[in-house]
Amino acid sequence: MREKILAVMEKNSRIDIKDLSVLLGESEAAVANEIAAMEQEHVICGYHTLINWDNTSEEKVVALIEVKVTPQRGMGFDKIAERIYQYNEVKSVYLMSGAFDFTVIIEGKTMRQVAQFVSDKLAPMDSVLSTATHFVLKKYKDHGTILEEEVRDERMLVTP
Amino acid sequence: MRNPLSERILTIPPSGIRKFFDIASEMKEAISLGVGEPDFDTPWHIREEGIYSLEKGRTFYTSNAGLKELKEEICNYLRRRCNCNYLPDSEILVTVGGSEAIDIAMRAMLNPGEEVLVPQPSFVSYVPCAILAGGVPVAIELEEKDQFKLTPEKLLEKITPKTKILVVPFPNNPTGATMNREELEAIAEIVKEKDIFVISDEIYSELTYGSEHVSIAGLPGMKERTVLINGFSKSYAMTGWRLGYAAAPGNILEQMLKIHQFAIMCAPTTSQYAAIAALRDGDEDVAYMREAYDQRRRYLVHAFREMGMDCFEPYGAFYTFPSIKRFGMSSDEFAIRLLQEEKVAVVPGTAFGDCGEGYLRVSYAYSLEQLKAALERIRRFVNRLEQEA
Repeated sequence: MREKILAVMEKNSRIDIKDLSVLLGESEAAVANEIAAMEQEHVICGYHTLINWDNTSEEKVVALIEVKVTPQRGMGFDKIAERIYQYNEVKSVYLMSGAFDFTVIIEGKTMRQVAQFVSDKLAPMDSVLSTATHFVLKKYKDHGTILEEEVRDERMLVTP
Repeated sequence: MRNPLSERILTIPPSGIRKFFDIASEMKEAISLGVGEPDFDTPWHIREEGIYSLEKGRTFYTSNAGLKELKEEICNYLRRRCNCNYLPDSEILVTVGGSEAIDIAMRAMLNPGEEVLVPQPSFVSYVPCAILAGGVPVAIELEEKDQFKLTPEKLLEKITPKTKILVVPFPNNPTGATMNREELEAIAEIVKEKDIFVISDEIYSELTYGSEHVSIAGLPGMKERTVLINGFSKSYAMTGWRLGYAAAPGNILEQMLKIHQFAIMCAPTTSQYAAIAALRDGDEDVAYMREAYDQRRRYLVHAFREMGMDCFEPYGAFYTFPSIKRFGMSSDEFAIRLLQEEKVAVVPGTAFGDCGEGYLRVSYAYSLEQLKAALERIRRFVNRLEQEA
């Protein structure tokens, strides 16, 4: 049941428990308990809203930063990641395979603000060897959702 | 001037669905639960394969029976999913949708006056195709008390010396009924004993909930007397590509191929290339859509029962078939009033045979939001009917 609950909720976290239990053919109590358990176990880590900020008057700049680091004695990647992810500006941090170590996604109000964060906070860290900043110009698809897509049912009203 | 029309075509009434479509299409803001096709787009990797084939200039006829590669994939699929072994070169024919296969199977097998048993409620094409092929359709009226399954008793009742073909339409449109192995075995025994042939329309074979589809063609001694019809429309959400196929013993298929070759030439080439991708890499897509349908199926059945409507539990296709008998009006009346008063389009059960009277076909090939909005209106309508009574 877990996988099925998650598959539905990943697309629609606002679905109510009653509907969800009908969809899955389970009792409401069982579904509610399972969700509570998954929250407890940090399988479900939050309920967020997917916003297309480009359609608001809010100015937002998102950058993806490739970071190379040297892990130091007594300080593995996790420790370095922690120093990075504690900043509020940092939205995501991933440890990567390949040519660099971390992907850091940063959100700021202006490009200047993001650049400043990189040069003042991120780059000077002891373990950081280098950074490469890439600004996001346009988001087409985010979290599996096509942002500007207009959904229209083009089927005929009645067919055999 | 002489009458330009054939007497035979004039005996066929226009489709009941067509009539309803004409009324519905004039309604602005109508919500429909009336379609017989998936709401999903064809999975992108399949569409892309079609696009590639166009880019590479594969815009010619294929051989009449279809691309060899596709026929081989179809054989692999039928072996994997239906326990049937077919030869790609002589026992598979790629057609323009399952509909064409129904038509040419009847034309290849029927002599004037021979009878075709058509369990109903069922898809709208069997009866007209039988008539156009010179056969005589004989309805077998399935009942809710049998979960709309074909029972040996009902079959035996309608078999005469003139019976040539039995249509086996499961999983069923419009009822959503399915037949399990034992039930099909009982039918197969009678078919063999009475020496009749089967057209098994398995277009919804991938959409079963609970247990896997069983093909009557895969039962002992049945392959040689069965035309198995399937296609890509429902399982891979490819209705507009118009692609289906028939698998049949060589002696029947050869004659079907003759009709196909003169009437159609070959199924659309672009669609055939796309279908190869569907069979090779489409299992996950099918599983994803099946799970979505299954959830909506539970939702819809639950909603009908909650509003006090009897609703038989369907285990296949993407339709529910709730009963409206307690409202004391005909399916047509109910459907038309529902459309006029609440602007929801569903299909009266009678469109699928006279014994569909008292039922509606309600499709769940819609998003949950669409279903919810429509159910809200249906609930309002039902409440009003109850107050009137």
